[in-house]
Amino acid sequence: MDLKKRILEIAPETQFVEQGDIKAIVPSSSFYALAKKLKEDEDTSFDFLLSLTGMDFGDSLGVIYHLESTKYGHTCVLQTSTTNRENPELYSVCDLWKTANFNEREVYDFFGIRFINHPDMRRLFLRDEWNGYPFRKDYDMESNPLNMTNEVTEDKTTELTIDAEGKVIEKENTLFDDKEYVINIGPQHPSTHGVLRFRTSLQGEIIKKIEPYCGYIHRGIEKMNESLTYPQTLALTDRLDYLSAHQNRHALCMLIEKALGVEIPERVQYIRTIMDELQRIDSHILFYSCLAMDMGAITPFTYGFRDREMILDIFEQTTGGRLIQNYNVIGGVQADIHPDFVNSVKKFIPYFRNILKEYHDIFTGNVIVHQRLKGVGVLSKEDAISFGTTGGTGRASGWACDTRKRKPYAMYDKVDFKEIVYTEGDSFARYMVRMDEMLESMKIIEQLIDNIPEGAYQVKMKPIIKVPEGSYFTSVESSRGEFGVFLESKGDKYPYRLKYRSTGLPLVAAVDTITKGGKIADLIAIGGTLDYVIPDIDR
Amino acid sequence: MGLKKPKIKSIKYEEFQDNESLEKMAAELNANGVNVILGAVDDVINWGRANSPWSLTFATSCCGIEFMAIGAARYDMARFGFEVTRPSPRQADLIMVCGTITHRMAPVLKRLYDQMAEPKYVVAVGGCAVGGGPFTKSYHVVQGVDKIIPVDVYLPGCPPRPEAFLYSMMQLQRKIKLQKFLGGVNRKEKKQK
Ligand code: SF4
Repeated sequence: MDLKKRILEIAPETQFVEQGDIKAIVPSSSFYALAKKLKEDEDTSFDFLLSLTGMDFGDSLGVIYHLESTKYGHTCVLQTSTTNRENPELYSVCDLWKTANFNEREVYDFFGIRFINHPDMRRLFLRDEWNGYPFRKDYDMESNPLNMTNEVTEDKTTELTIDAEGKVIEKENTLFDDKEYVINIGPQHPSTHGVLRFRTSLQGEIIKKIEPYCGYIHRGIEKMNESLTYPQTLALTDRLDYLSAHQNRHALCMLIEKALGVEIPERVQYIRTIMDELQRIDSHILFYSCLAMDMGAITPFTYGFRDREMILDIFEQTTGGRLIQNYNVIGGVQADIHPDFVNSVKKFIPYFRNILKEYHDIFTGNVIVHQRLKGVGVLSKEDAISFGTTGGTGRASGWACDTRKRKPYAMYDKVDFKEIVYTEGDSFARYMVRMDEMLESMKIIEQLIDNIPEGAYQVKMKPIIKVPEGSYFTSVESSRGEFGVFLESKGDKYPYRLKYRSTGLPLVAAVDTITKGGKIADLIAIGGTLDYVIPDIDR
Repeated sequence: MGLKKPKIKSIKYEEFQDNESLEKMAAELNANGVNVILGAVDDVINWGRANSPWSLTFATSCCGIEFMAIGAARYDMARFGFEVTRPSPRQADLIMVCGTITHRMAPVLKRLYDQMAEPKYVVAVGGCAVGGGPFTKSYHVVQGVDKIIPVDVYLPGCPPRPEAFLYSMMQLQRKIKLQKFLGGVNRKEKKQK
């Protein structure tokens, strides 16, 4: 099927730009109809909205959509823009893809674009009283001094709709009405895994509705990137999802290398792949420890951290860092692997394979664990795709979404490993996916560790890196899903816009759907198995 | 008698940094003289307090994971009496501010601090809490927690090494040992005519 032709049939005014990735520029008036067709038509069926990025084009504002079809695997990039900056309005696509709900709120928060027919047009990360929209290029950085007054949480929200005459009108929607029993969980709560806040409406013990509030660790990384040179932007990726530090940085390096057309030595590919997998094991051990602790079991926590230290030792040997390593650089890695690296990895793997059995003995087989995880918090495959919950959560719902298989990068097409997919979609499946993935990761490492080729560990780059004009997108499989990087470059040494596809935002968006009708006590276990990292959500 | 040099059993006094400011503190506290009995009771209280500070489980980002690591088997902060962490500020003596504090979080942190009972201590962990860390240019990050709450010990690093965590905790212990709860400056002041 010729996608270009299809798009032109539906929206004839579309233009195609081929700078970096091919982008279809669609006028805002025909955008919604096109999106709906692309999603619903049998031969296109773009059912997965991978990423939704707000943009400031100077004279107008706009949004870039990265679509993918889980059925055929084809992708497309659409761009649409508003007609002016004063009253930026676009049509919402949140009825087509559920993930658009939070993403559009993010765009509203950062750029001030209001989405028509979006049921809940509130800010997502910043406080309601925030002045202006920080991601616009003309935003004054000093315009919002620290505000120490306590926040007031509103129970009302606005929706924009079109009336019979075609005019945009505002409507008021209710989040929680006065009769509802709403309890507040977070942002200071040990079991939300960071500073996430839920407002939960209860009927007795049953959860009626959950409203997540983000932004308590919104650090403005994407905006900062716009005033940093490319090598400087790397440092912040490690701090997004610190349990996927290597993979995040890998994604950004890969993107810049792709844009520059740099060929990466094989040795680097090997090292990066091994490091990524070690990081994945590290993250999954932490997942196991924390889940157990959330459910009241302390011993697995100490077990997990004991073994995690061994991986951190390996990292430290080569990179000098434990948690945050700053190891990948554009064109290679910072330093060659430590002479002992191969040995330590080879010592660790048989040890850990043995210990993993112990993990299962002490926790997995426990009857309490079964009762608290099995059949609890079920997420259907359709919802998983619609929300875009990639990673372990998606694979537990039967969606084979592993980026390493879908869009192989580094060494992943040359090694043999199985993609772990469960179909139950419950908490226990989410737990088992991660436990089994550790075995696969070890398998990958074993295939590579003995064959690391000789060669350079870095390609010499120019001191000032300028990425050619265009837009680029790359993604990797981080520890908790598909981590994507989108870059819009104007040919400068600074990125014009650098956006990260958060792996955690879809998970938080899906919490309401997953927990609805469940017990409040299960919220904690469900949150544990979703395995989100808050700084990655808030960025 | 008076307050003595704040010693920690396992590490030599000279190996600590910043001894001068602690000695200055001790001299100031001793300036008004110390009652023999109350001073001795103070010593006992300080000994107890310094060896069992309960911290609030408070972590906003990366540094929090390292905090968990020192709670676990290898670094085991229980050796210093720090093992108890409390989710409620009303039961905590100390906040280890692990991670970046953003504008939205700042009032929450202040409220948590206000909810804690005296005496209370704050350790600013990591570059972010000390002074904004890598995010000094951000529009939404507080440039150091000392802008909103008083800090007792600053612990730089991104993230600090676990050894550094332990060192900062021992520094805090030494500071706790230099306090007079009964006599001296904490005595109820007479109403001025
Ligand atoms: S100091 Fe570094 S490691 Fe710690 S919270 Fe800040 S960015 Fe993360």
